Amino acid sequence: MKVELNVNGQAVSADVPENTLLVQLLREHLQLTGTHVGCDTAQCGACTVIANGRSIKACNVLAAQMQGAQVTTIEGVAAADGELHPMQAAFKECHGLQCGFCTPGMVMSSIDLLGRHPNASEAEIRELLEGNICRCTGYQNIVKAVQQAQKSLNA
Amino acid sequence: MGANEFAKLPHIGESLLRKEDLRFLTGRGQYTDDITQANQKYAAFVRSPHAHAALKSVDTSAAAAMPGVVRVFTGQDMAGKMGGLPCGWLIHNPDGSPMKEPPHPILADKKVRYVGDHVALVVANTPEQARNAAEAVMVDYEVLGPVIDMRTASKAPALHDEAPDNQCYKWTLGDKAAVEAAFAGAAHVTKLDITNNRLIPNAMEPRAANASYNRATDEYVLYVSNQNPHVERLLMTAFVLQLPEHKVRVIAPDVGGGFGSKIFLYAEDVALTWAAKQLNCAIKWTADRSESFVSDAHGRDHITHAEMAMDKDGKFLAMRVHTNANLGAYLSTFASSVPTILYGTLLAGQYATPQIYVEVDGWFTSTAPVDAYRGAGRPEATYVVERLVTRCAWDMGLAQDEIRKRNFITQFPYQTPVALQYDIGDYPACMDGAQKLADVAGFDARRKASEAKGLKRGIGYSSYIEACGLAPSNVAGALGARAGLFECGEVRVHPTGSVTVFTGSHSHGQGHETTFAQIVAARLGIDPSQVDVVHGDTGRVPFGMGTYGSRSLSVGGTAIMKALDKIEAKAKKIAAHLMEASDADIEFSGGEFKVKGTDKKIPFGQVALTAYVPHNYPLDKLEPGLNETAFYDPTNFTYPAGTHICEVEVDPATGVVRVDSFTAVDDFGVIINPMIVEGQVHGGLVQGIGQALMEHGVYDPESGQLLTGSYSDYAMPRAADFPVFKLGHVCTPCTHNPIGSKGCGEAGAIGSPPAVVNAVLDALKDLGVKDIDMPVTSARVWTAIQQAKQ
Repeated sequence: MKVELNVNGQAVSADVPENTLLVQLLREHLQLTGTHVGCDTAQCGACTVIANGRSIKACNVLAAQMQGAQVTTIEGVAAADGELHPMQAAFKECHGLQCGFCTPGMVMSSIDLLGRHPNASEAEIRELLEGNICRCTGYQNIVKAVQQAQKSLNA
Repeated sequence: MGANEFAKLPHIGESLLRKEDLRFLTGRGQYTDDITQANQKYAAFVRSPHAHAALKSVDTSAAAAMPGVVRVFTGQDMAGKMGGLPCGWLIHNPDGSPMKEPPHPILADKKVRYVGDHVALVVANTPEQARNAAEAVMVDYEVLGPVIDMRTASKAPALHDEAPDNQCYKWTLGDKAAVEAAFAGAAHVTKLDITNNRLIPNAMEPRAANASYNRATDEYVLYVSNQNPHVERLLMTAFVLQLPEHKVRVIAPDVGGGFGSKIFLYAEDVALTWAAKQLNCAIKWTADRSESFVSDAHGRDHITHAEMAMDKDGKFLAMRVHTNANLGAYLSTFASSVPTILYGTLLAGQYATPQIYVEVDGWFTSTAPVDAYRGAGRPEATYVVERLVTRCAWDMGLAQDEIRKRNFITQFPYQTPVALQYDIGDYPACMDGAQKLADVAGFDARRKASEAKGLKRGIGYSSYIEACGLAPSNVAGALGARAGLFECGEVRVHPTGSVTVFTGSHSHGQGHETTFAQIVAARLGIDPSQVDVVHGDTGRVPFGMGTYGSRSLSVGGTAIMKALDKIEAKAKKIAAHLMEASDADIEFSGGEFKVKGTDKKIPFGQVALTAYVPHNYPLDKLEPGLNETAFYDPTNFTYPAGTHICEVEVDPATGVVRVDSFTAVDDFGVIINPMIVEGQVHGGLVQGIGQALMEHGVYDPESGQLLTGSYSDYAMPRAADFPVFKLGHVCTPCTHNPIGSKGCGEAGAIGSPPAVVNAVLDALKDLGVKDIDMPVTSARVWTAIQQAKQ
């Protein structure tokens, strides 16, 4: 079937089998391999992208459901000139990543988290990251990064 | 250059932001599954649904006829054409006989021995076609009884003909008679039975491999999510497939976490490499998480009885330990060494216990292979020692810190009764630092405040030691290691003075691209941006052993230091020639070569250029170029140590445990990048606290099914489970490497579990709860409280 959507500001049209997941469309058809697959039960959050303004798990939605959607992946977060989004910059400055595998999903979730809860407390940030698993950082510097981005975004 | 001098160089001790971050933050990382090759086919494995069964027949005809299927391979196709997976460490029984080493076939031939065991390999044009066809492979199993509980394994059905009682080995260390004599004269003996729960590593990137074959050159390329590509290649070519080693290139590109589970040579990697030649194509396989749960090597899984003999003042006289260790269905690459060499030798901990005797029984069970997982043997040893020491304190009416202080080793070097020689440390300083940082003085007030809320507050200590940077190859060889344990480093100075470093260590989150660049920048007086680090590719890097056991900096970093020594020595000769001075008069510092006692100097960049444009050059005495390689074999283990203090609040009505604060004061020796080191500690702590509170790999004893095979059933620590950690450092530089570094990757996972459990038991003391096993879930706490009431 034909799926037409907008990914990272570009109109995309792809002919895919009906059972294609959004994450497969992104990784296998559009070669946007920054969106990762870390589990098969929609729990790890490594595949998180932003669709129509909300973070979703791209492993848990069919490409067909994204007809006409505006999708942003990790590849589309930085400015066109390469300047990092404040959330990306905060992850780097706070050492909020180690192996990097959960990072794209963490960044996408965190951007949406602050979009919906701009004044989230540390405890709320921890609760709101519940859908993303990291095995390297102990979440310590991820939480710090979200708090730092919060300061620069709310400034 | 000594460690103290090295530590004063620019960039050493600087929290430089990581060079590798940009690609990960913008989605440009290259993990194995991100790589798609020409003529790419996809694999799926048929896995056993039974814990133990005879394989009566495997019918692939329906699967082979399905759309897109290229070929289906079974154990029959491979039988006689390759060896099995080798075990890298030979353990001997007390009578000198070797451990049982039953064959570990790539695809099962006669039997399956755990749920997830490999039965067939399907190769197809797409991943979906491969999976669909895998479901159509018809396997006739004759189900046999599973072997789940180690304590009854000797009476269970035999998994391997070679081990009729399912025992792989018995291993002992220490002077049994001296220990018994000490116990006979003891004023008090404290006894403890403990379980070290089985863990499932769960690196966030599932294992993956992509193997290709080029018929024109007879060359293979294997991309694989792995921690040590040279070891993977050596084991696969020399022991399993008998291929010329130089014809196989193994690349471990960006790897999404390992924690030990990606050290090992797995059946999937071998099967894909072999099949790539049979089919003359590239074959990719990526585990889904469910597959990872059943087929990655698991960790821990010990049942232990430990006893400590003390004098009347709580001084330790002797310790004896018996451990049953679960090895799983087959011996994974380093499985045999984890509960023996890496466990028994650590039982002295930080204490001057004069005599120790340990006995380990290693068992085959019908579960996934058990091998090294973050800490590998040392967390198990620390858990035994630190739980026992706290129990000793309470038995003797002493505080947890007091009994530790009374028994700390304070003189170095210190020879333990279990084979290791600690070079240096300052255990009281770590204890003092941790007590201050944790505000132990304010604990009583906090306990009262908790009581006022109806909550129980407890404090738990753990003073751990580990042995990292293993080890002198000859010593390891004498203990049964079948590999060398050195590391390589190549420093390639380019004509314009920038540098590429090739290291045998592998980074899968540890930040080597930054830390190693800091070393080179410090030594050569150049900017870290001028140094790139290459790792993880047997086609580019000299033979190296990879990353495990917190060895990368102390062993891999030292190899780079040795290569830099050679660079410096040669560069001095070039500089001497350029400045018409004698070699002995050249000094090098801050990126400049100077003639002693004069104002003559030239920069490093000029020497680099001269090395490659040798017009004015001593060609009669010196080769052109500035490119040096060194191999470094450590002369001892390194001994990171520290004290962890945990404070918990327990709700006695629900059994819920909340970690209120966690303090770690560690001695890692000289630290190059404090930011990266703290990140390593954070991650280790969460894995350790995760083990203590929630993680548990459980097999059903009747069916042998893995009951915790997804993130719905296996509790992964989440952000909300933790407070902000308090970290501090003590520095006693390692005495036998030039960096002074000891290693930091595993410390958090080693030190933290007993601190948490001791804190929970401290909180529950008034309620009469004396013991509890990990994971300390709310259900277990609540049950223990109810039982104590009866």
